[in-house]
Amino acid sequence: MNATAKMVDVQGLTVDFKGPKGPIRAVDGVDLDLRRGETVALLGESGSGKSVTLRSLMRLHPSSAKIGGKVEVDGRDVLKMGSRELAGLRGPVVSMIFQDPGLAFDPVYRIGDQIVEAVRRHEKLSKAEARKRALELFERVRIPSPDKRLDNYPHEMSGGMRQRAMIALALVCRPKVLLADEPTTALDATVQIQVLLLLRELQRELGLAVVFVTHDIGVAVEVADRIAVMYAGRIVEMGPCRDVIRDPRHPYTQGLLLSRASHAPTPGARLAAIPGAPPDLSDLPPGCAFRPRCGHAIDDCAEAAPPAADVGPAHFARCIRTRRAAEAFESVTA
Amino acid sequence: MIIGAPTPPPGGFPRDRGGPGQPLLSVKGLVKHFGVKKGFLTKAGPIVRAVDGVDFDVVKGETLGIVGESGCGKSTTARLVMQIIAPDAGDILFDGERVGSQALSLNGFRKQVQMVFQDSYASLNPRLTVEDTIAFGPKVHGASGRAATTRAHDLLHRVGLEPARFAGRYPHELSGGQRQRVNIARALALDPRLLILDEAVSALDKSVEAQVLNLLLDLKDEFGLTYMFISHDLNVVRFMSNRVMVMYLGKVAEFGPSEALFETPKHPYTGALLASMPSMDPDARTETAPLTGDPPNPINPPPGCRFNPRCAKSAALCGHKEPTLLDAGVDHRAACWLVDPASGHPRIAA
Repeated sequence: MNATAKMVDVQGLTVDFKGPKGPIRAVDGVDLDLRRGETVALLGESGSGKSVTLRSLMRLHPSSAKIGGKVEVDGRDVLKMGSRELAGLRGPVVSMIFQDPGLAFDPVYRIGDQIVEAVRRHEKLSKAEARKRALELFERVRIPSPDKRLDNYPHEMSGGMRQRAMIALALVCRPKVLLADEPTTALDATVQIQVLLLLRELQRELGLAVVFVTHDIGVAVEVADRIAVMYAGRIVEMGPCRDVIRDPRHPYTQGLLLSRASHAPTPGARLAAIPGAPPDLSDLPPGCAFRPRCGHAIDDCAEAAPPAADVGPAHFARCIRTRRAAEAFESVTA
Repeated sequence: MIIGAPTPPPGGFPRDRGGPGQPLLSVKGLVKHFGVKKGFLTKAGPIVRAVDGVDFDVVKGETLGIVGESGCGKSTTARLVMQIIAPDAGDILFDGERVGSQALSLNGFRKQVQMVFQDSYASLNPRLTVEDTIAFGPKVHGASGRAATTRAHDLLHRVGLEPARFAGRYPHELSGGQRQRVNIARALALDPRLLILDEAVSALDKSVEAQVLNLLLDLKDEFGLTYMFISHDLNVVRFMSNRVMVMYLGKVAEFGPSEALFETPKHPYTGALLASMPSMDPDARTETAPLTGDPPNPINPPPGCRFNPRCAKSAALCGHKEPTLLDAGVDHRAACWLVDPASGHPRIAA
């Protein structure tokens, strides 16, 4: 396989859902590409469009949703696929892990049987061969006494172990792209770090392309090569992990970094909070959607959605005041 | 003098009885076990030792942070203090008076202690307007309708919700951050002295979380409040708290001033918890997980120190002898044999 080939190529993605007052644009012009062995984190708050973007790669939206733009995975056009082709895509090419493994498994079947069923749906293997594959994966995701655990029902496992089992299920058809939707958010801190390290290791060993959705900057830093910050359905800043964290150029990214409790100068001092609340997607302000909350906003910000401004190698921010924002951030953090 | 505890404002804390030296809340030997129902026709099943002998004080005017993983008993502790559930054993003293005694009736206690929960929507009655929600408590406790409404408007203003815009709204018409502000306003309506915040900011978006934390700090100063702040987010607990209590499987693992506990943790579990926080430095990512496996089940806690099966520094001693909370510094205690030079733990000499 060509190592530089794009595993994921998304251009101008838009997703509209039906709302009570007309269509709601949940994703508004997202461009995203991923190569083999690369991890991109989609970072954002609720309603920012990060999960909707992720689900578009597997077309998991209800049929009433309107998807526009181009979505290619492993060179195949996902938006033009029929249901049979989609079934062939989901599993062997792209698979997904979710926040709640309790919902991903059927509670009345043994976990091993569910994994065997998934393999045999896509590959011509005997039950014994499929179980062997499942066992290998249980060992790989480091579930203790894997052979016994295959015969467990989902409720017999702890949260962390269920999450490992779901990762095994997602990888059993040897996909090229793994989509992760907040897979560690519901886990305890000491378990979260174990699962993050496991995902990082599997990603390296198997050469997976990973899209990782999270609201936690620390989690993004642990797993991502690149970070895409989303706000109101758009990617407002994207770049190499190091550059986005050290030299953020969009005022929203800066606000997220500065308002963290760990950034407080002394305990008890007030945090540099971003004022206001995330916008209502059915009633977005014209121009830059962050303008009403932004300390650097000027009249021009209301004119049009800001184009991507290059601020470094492979690093852009959708802001017309990136220079001003950079100076302000330096003066605060210096 | 307790390190990290704030100095009282001029004139002392409001309605103070025992003076600044007397803890506002004193919890002694608190125990709560839950029976697990096994199933149809079977008798009593195993017992969950949710809170298994917990002692702590909350000093007037401080914020006591409580951290721990799921099943450690932090929320059960909060509910026991609130008298939402009855303890199996133990005493709860509020400003020197035992709760439920003649000097301090349950009703009188509940006026002075209020709680804010994680789920801002489930905490509110969907059929009451914001104003009625906040005025409900004072009316039950005897305030006139007009006085309660005036107070509700004051409080709305105080938590940053313009009364003219928000008083008549229903919970579903508010965002998560706004709903949590309403919950905070309701908690303040009876002018309490102690506020228990159980994961109160955990469900909020990060940009809104910072606003609500700032609000909590402002309200604490303005109303002379004392907080019990429960969270799984160590950064937030460190930022908010004067002192911190770390719980593990129904017991207190470590208790100390916030800075000392975060800078020099004395219990290996606290150390592991801190090391499990995601790195914020792209060039210094976490390479090995500090602990393996999940937190064990509080149904059958291991003998000896409850942390010993997961502890990197465990010795034979830890498997059969349970450490009590031992002095580990100024106002700092840890339930670990490592802090006791006389315990004979082999790692102490090394």
